[in-house]
Amino acid sequence: MNQMDNFKKGFFKENPVFTLLLGLCPTLGVTTSAVNGLGMGLATTFVLVMANAVISLIKDIIPDKVRIPSFIVIIASFVTIVDLVMAAYLPALHSQLGLFIPLIVVNCIILGRAEAFASRHNFVASVVDGLGMGLGFTMAVTLLGGIREILGSGAILGHKFIERDGMLIFVLAPGAFIALGYLIAIVNKINAMKAVKAHASAEKDQTQ
Amino acid sequence: MEYILIVISAVFVNNIVLARFLGICPFLGVSNKISTAGGMGGAVLFVITIATIVTYLIHHYILIPLQIEFLQTITYILVIASLVQMVEIIMKKVSPALYQALGVYLPLITTNCAILGVAILVIQNEYNLMQSVVFAIANAIGFTLALVIFSGIREQLDLVDIPEAMKGVPIALIVAGLLSLAFMGFAGIVR
Repeated sequence: MNQMDNFKKGFFKENPVFTLLLGLCPTLGVTTSAVNGLGMGLATTFVLVMANAVISLIKDIIPDKVRIPSFIVIIASFVTIVDLVMAAYLPALHSQLGLFIPLIVVNCIILGRAEAFASRHNFVASVVDGLGMGLGFTMAVTLLGGIREILGSGAILGHKFIERDGMLIFVLAPGAFIALGYLIAIVNKINAMKAVKAHASAEKDQTQ
Repeated sequence: MEYILIVISAVFVNNIVLARFLGICPFLGVSNKISTAGGMGGAVLFVITIATIVTYLIHHYILIPLQIEFLQTITYILVIASLVQMVEIIMKKVSPALYQALGVYLPLITTNCAILGVAILVIQNEYNLMQSVVFAIANAIGFTLALVIFSGIREQLDLVDIPEAMKGVPIALIVAGLLSLAFMGFAGIVR
C-alpha cells in the first residue's frame, strides 16, 4: 500500500466515526458547533500523530507484555501537553470542550491505531496513518458540528443567517444522537450505492 | 437531602450516557440483550466506585501536597487500568460466582470513558469523599438504567422492518436520541 492510499483511507473507507464507529463520546459530546468540532478534531489529530510517531520509534524496545500500559502513558503525556497548551492559548475553546480534553486519553481511535498500526509499521507510515485517521475524524466531527449548528442555532461558523433561534433540540443532547444517526445512515446508503455500481461494472466487464 | 439531590441529578437530570455522552461505546456495544446490559451495569458500578475512591485519595494526598495536579490525566488512567486488572484477579480468587457473572465485561471497562469522566468530575465539582462515593454510585445506576431501557427497546427493534441503510447503528442512535429526549423531561428538577 503506498502512502497516498494509507493517507486517504481515514477519510472515507475506514473513517473512524462513520464506518469504524470509534470515538463516539467526543463526537457526540463536543459537536454543538463546527468550531468546537474542529478544535476537538485537531487536538485529537495532534495526539494521534505524535503517539503513532513515538510508538513506531520505540516499538522494538517495549516488552510485549507491558505494551498496552506503555501506549497509554505515551498517549496520556501528549494529552496533558494538549490540555496545558490549550488552557494557555485558547482558554475559550478549552472551557467549551471541558471534560472531553482529558478524555482524549480513552478515545478508542488512538489506542486502536497504536495497537493495530503503529506497533507494526515504520515511522513514516505511522505518521501518515495518524494524520489520515486524525483528519478523517476531524472532518467527521466538523461536519456533524456544522449540521447541528445550522439546524440548531441557524448559524454557520458563528455567523447567524436567520433572525430567530433554530431548532434548539439539535444543539441539545438528543439532537446529537439523531443527527449522527441520520449521517451514518446516509453514509451507509452511499456505500451501498457504490457497491451496486462496482458490481454492475464488474458484470459488464465480464460480458464484454 | 444533599445526597438525595446528588443522586437525582446524576441518575435522571444529568444522566451520564444520555446527557453527558460518557460511556457511549459500551452503551451501543453491549446493549443487545437485557441480561448482558445488567451484567455490564454491575461491573461498571463495582469499578467506578473503587476507582473514584482511589483517585480521590491520590488526588488529595499525593498530587496536591506535591503540587503536581497537572499529572492528573496520566495518574488517573494508570490507576484505573491497573485497578481493573487487580479487581479481575481478586474477584477470580475470592468470588468465582461474581467473576463468572461480571468477568467478561471487566477488560472492556478500562476504555470506558465514564470511569475516567466520573473521577475527573468529582474533582471539578469539589466534592468531599462521601459525596464522591454517592456521586459515583449514582452515576453507575444512571448508566445501568439507560443501558437496560435501551437494550429492552433494541430487543423489540430486531423485529421491526426498517430501511436497509438505517439498520444497526443508525436506528440505535436515533432511539438513543428519543430516549435522551424523554430524559430531558427531568430537567429543572434539580437547580
